[in-house]
Amino acid sequence: MNADFTAEELDFQQEVRTFLQEEFPADLKHKVDNNIRLTKDDMVRWQKILYKKGWAAPTWPEEHGGTGWSHTQRHIFATEMGLYGAPEPIPFGMKMVAPVIMAYGSEEQKQRFLPDILASNVWWCQGYSEPNAGSDLASLKTTAVRDGDEYVVNGAKTWNTLGQYADWIFCLVRTDNTVKKQEGISFLLIDMKSPGISVKPIVLIDGFAEVNEVFFDDVRVPAENLIGEENKGWTYAKVLLTHERTNIAGVARAKRRLNALRKLAAESPDGYGNTMSENSMFKKRLAECEIELQALEYSELRTLAALSVGNAPGPESSILKIVGTELAQKIDELVLELSGYHSLPYVPDQFEDGFEGDRIGPGTTAAAALNYFNNRKLSIFGGSNEIQRNIICKAVLGL
Amino acid sequence: MDFSYTEVQQMLQDQVQKFVQKSYDFDTRSKLIASEAGYSKEFWQLFAELGWLAVPFSEEDGGLGGSAVDLMVMMEEFGKAMLVEPYTATAVLSGSIVAELGDETQKTGLVSSIIGGELQLASAYAEAQSRYNPLNIQTSASGEDDAIVISGTKIAVENGANADKLIIFAREQGKSTDKAGISAFLVDAKAEGVTLRGYTTVDGKRAAEIELEQVRVGDTDRLGAPGEAADALLRAIDKATVGVSAEAVGALESLLHKTVEYSKTRKQFGTPIGTFQALQHRMADMFIECQLARSIVMMAAMSIDSQDDDAEKTKAVSAAKSRVGKAIHKVGQEAIQIHGGIGMTDELDVGHLFKRVTALDIQFGDGEFHTERYAAL
Repeated sequence: MNADFTAEELDFQQEVRTFLQEEFPADLKHKVDNNIRLTKDDMVRWQKILYKKGWAAPTWPEEHGGTGWSHTQRHIFATEMGLYGAPEPIPFGMKMVAPVIMAYGSEEQKQRFLPDILASNVWWCQGYSEPNAGSDLASLKTTAVRDGDEYVVNGAKTWNTLGQYADWIFCLVRTDNTVKKQEGISFLLIDMKSPGISVKPIVLIDGFAEVNEVFFDDVRVPAENLIGEENKGWTYAKVLLTHERTNIAGVARAKRRLNALRKLAAESPDGYGNTMSENSMFKKRLAECEIELQALEYSELRTLAALSVGNAPGPESSILKIVGTELAQKIDELVLELSGYHSLPYVPDQFEDGFEGDRIGPGTTAAAALNYFNNRKLSIFGGSNEIQRNIICKAVLGL
Repeated sequence: MDFSYTEVQQMLQDQVQKFVQKSYDFDTRSKLIASEAGYSKEFWQLFAELGWLAVPFSEEDGGLGGSAVDLMVMMEEFGKAMLVEPYTATAVLSGSIVAELGDETQKTGLVSSIIGGELQLASAYAEAQSRYNPLNIQTSASGEDDAIVISGTKIAVENGANADKLIIFAREQGKSTDKAGISAFLVDAKAEGVTLRGYTTVDGKRAAEIELEQVRVGDTDRLGAPGEAADALLRAIDKATVGVSAEAVGALESLLHKTVEYSKTRKQFGTPIGTFQALQHRMADMFIECQLARSIVMMAAMSIDSQDDDAEKTKAVSAAKSRVGKAIHKVGQEAIQIHGGIGMTDELDVGHLFKRVTALDIQFGDGEFHTERYAAL
């Protein structure tokens, strides 16, 4: 048993490191390191750099422009990106709708949509959750009624992340009310410019509107935008949810944040003449996080090893989602603990691009409370941690 | 032994509850936060009329007795509605400092103005390097000609930008964490050399960073003897810590109540989510947290009122703030989690209660800090 990379894999790791140092734009690096929000243009610019390099879609098959990497190479890539602070491409197109189009879309749909996703020409968002369909997603009520060559869509979607930037939305819609709830759902691609669509921002407790409600009022959608067969959407969606959970452990990001936390502790006075990095109780909490991260990392590597010999990702990925998100939230608490009074000012604007003037307090500490608030979402979205535990009970423990 | 409320305490609780019910709903609060002052001057006058501003003061000073238990009963109700009025800053913290350090002339002028609702105060002790040690003070005060000159920077001064007068803690002697050598000065908020940078806090209150550049005050602006203000500051903070702990208990009760109610109405999988045992047990744990928090705050309040030994009082206060801090993290996070996405929205009160309790945990030192302080005592 060993967890070592091969010589080729180590070469690849070096190649990724060099690429990031040379190609990840310095202004974006500055923003990431200083808690300044990336704009849509920032994200698209970075994704296009990845595209130019041929590295935009590590999880795609080569025939569609993927990298053809092994599972270990993908892991190395994701790790180096996370450690460097380079953001992962926005997942909605690349990791969510594209795999569904590849698996169940028509040849025409593949040609029409995949190249623009790969090149980051089109921004996608997700139309799954509804005000009354959260964890119980299959109870969704947005309807699509066939009318000639079109569907007429009515209803509302919510928790639509970054939908304010989106060109297209992929939606689960109800096409049959008379059957079991899972059996009357279809998967529909909708142009966000269609008449009858309105987007309403939802401001969260950190002061940002990163999610939206999307309303559909008699929106006419060409029937050719249906993926696969009518009423088979639930099956397709489940495939997508498995993809949503890959790389959700966030090991590299957590490592990067723990490094930053250690540095912050060394810079944070304890009020009695020492720094917080010498405070034994704080050191214990930090050590607990580091140990948890190692247990998580090796759990992820075990999943990876199983994948590499051809086993499909099982419900074990729920472990990665639960532990990864709860560890990230624990790190937020430690940053908050170090930040104390510095985290109290509520000035969300000072983390926006183009904010002029002096921030109140240094970057990390001034953002600590807002990040703590915002990251409560981690255990709620992507299948809440309660749903993940249900999956473990049902699929692993046989309960 | 008797844990029941006195008539005065019962009256205070009823009064605050009625006020909140009639005048302080979530929308009203949101409008106040967005207003220029960030609180209601009209409500402040009402607080004065109802005698609430007199609660922290002894009868000799014209107050209602200064009982920490009275304060606790009232502030718990403040917490439930997340009041944004600067009660802690002006009436409890600054009020206690003035009452202890002020000479008769100063007290006559200041305490009656506080009780009458005519004066807003803010106490500035925390600095960038001081973390939760209120005695870590680098701001300096030194004699120059016939004046005293104060220079330094203060952070997280609650009510700083709305205060008529600031109580500035500055060092006249010793090094930065010494207890001896700290003096208190009354400084006019508009005095030359005072630069205020006001902001709204994450929980909707107002605070400020204060830059003091060669601010000149006279000997009559001193509160207490030169270099001997530390004990009064610590005692005032202990009392105010009981107050904000009680405020947190009230807010936690609100979080529990709202979460339980939501779980009864929110349906998923064809049934209210409150019927799921996995969630029921977590709400039972939230209830236990609220009860333990309430119990230990009562202990601390009674200790402040009845103990003679300052060290024992301080230990009880740290025990309370530590345990309340633990409850804040647990109950706050669970309330958001059980609400799901809706709990994270700005338009619902639950997220604001979460932010309020998080800020209350930080105020006067978080739970982890107080666990350590307890262990060291």
